[in-house]
Amino acid sequence: MSKTEDKTGRDGVKVMNRSALTRRLVARLNAEEAVVAGIGNTNFDLWASGQRPQNFYMLGTMGLATSIALGVSLAQPDRKIFALDGDGSILMQLGSLGTVATTAPKNLAVIIWDNGLYQITGSQKTLTSSSVDLVAMAKAAGIAQGEWARDEEHFDALVDKALNGDGPWFIGVRIDGEKAAGTTERDPVKIRLNFMQGLGVGT
Amino acid sequence: MSSVEDKEVWPEIVLRILKANDVSLIAYVPDNVLSPLIRLLHADPYFTVVVPSREEEVIGIVAGAYMGGRRGIALMQTSGFATIANALASLACPFQIPVVMMISERGTLGEFQQGQAMVCRTMRPVLQSLGIEHFAIQETAHVEFVVDKMIRQAFSTQAPAAVILSPLLTKRPH
Repeated sequence: MSKTEDKTGRDGVKVMNRSALTRRLVARLNAEEAVVAGIGNTNFDLWASGQRPQNFYMLGTMGLATSIALGVSLAQPDRKIFALDGDGSILMQLGSLGTVATTAPKNLAVIIWDNGLYQITGSQKTLTSSSVDLVAMAKAAGIAQGEWARDEEHFDALVDKALNGDGPWFIGVRIDGEKAAGTTERDPVKIRLNFMQGLGVGT
Repeated sequence: MSSVEDKEVWPEIVLRILKANDVSLIAYVPDNVLSPLIRLLHADPYFTVVVPSREEEVIGIVAGAYMGGRRGIALMQTSGFATIANALASLACPFQIPVVMMISERGTLGEFQQGQAMVCRTMRPVLQSLGIEHFAIQETAHVEFVVDKMIRQAFSTQAPAAVILSPLLTKRPH
């Protein structure tokens, strides 16, 4: 199949909106799932979707959402964990895709919002705007269950698969360059304590 | 100390102290000096051992595991430590997450690579400027006390900590 005919690769899927899809994701969660959100607009939109105690908002360490989520998944194998991150972020830690594949946590799903932009620093182009297909990279790293979300309904279906089946999962989502719907309150210790209480961990 | 304990080498002591402190998750980027410890950890089903591609990942995994209620430790070499200043300064330190690191010190006391010698000199200034508790072990007789107390202090005070393994411990005949 030629690239132009491929409706399942990055070029063939619908460009959606991160704020709307973050709310869609949260609406499908049962309650106890943990969500680890990477820096900038990714966690701003998670914050704006409602401050669930099972949410963790990163305030730095660009690229480490997947690694932090992997750590949570190894600590709590019976809880579903979602890592949310941007294309610019995961491009800094592509090795973490191989770590997820090799560690093979059944309870981990990685969702990447890909607008091809370093949106928060002035919308400079990332490598996905030219040549890099992150779902293809995740699959090549060994995460067999990797797909681009074709549209909103397909995104819902992929989230349901991640909620109900064994992972790890990698879901790529094309998004626009719209601003986030809010801004996260930046108190690191408060964020950690809320998250740990949300996960039922005594400190 | 009994004659049996006298024969215990540093990797065996470290493994015993990790277990005694419920540290069951190991994340590391390999290093030759650490390899005897790494072999022991892989061979012991008590431990879950993860081998990421970069030390930054290691910090993220250990930090995430702590928040999920599981204690871990990050193993790396001096040059690997030089890649994680941002992860310490923007994750472990401000969120007050007790990421315990064990760093095999390379670049001093007989180093043959100039780059290793230079990067080694960045380690203590970074640890000091971030206010991270650190101690270099030089004697086998000190391993149990230092590793145990460093781990206990890290988890009691919610602060990262670095246990440095000096060549005096790992390279010198004991």
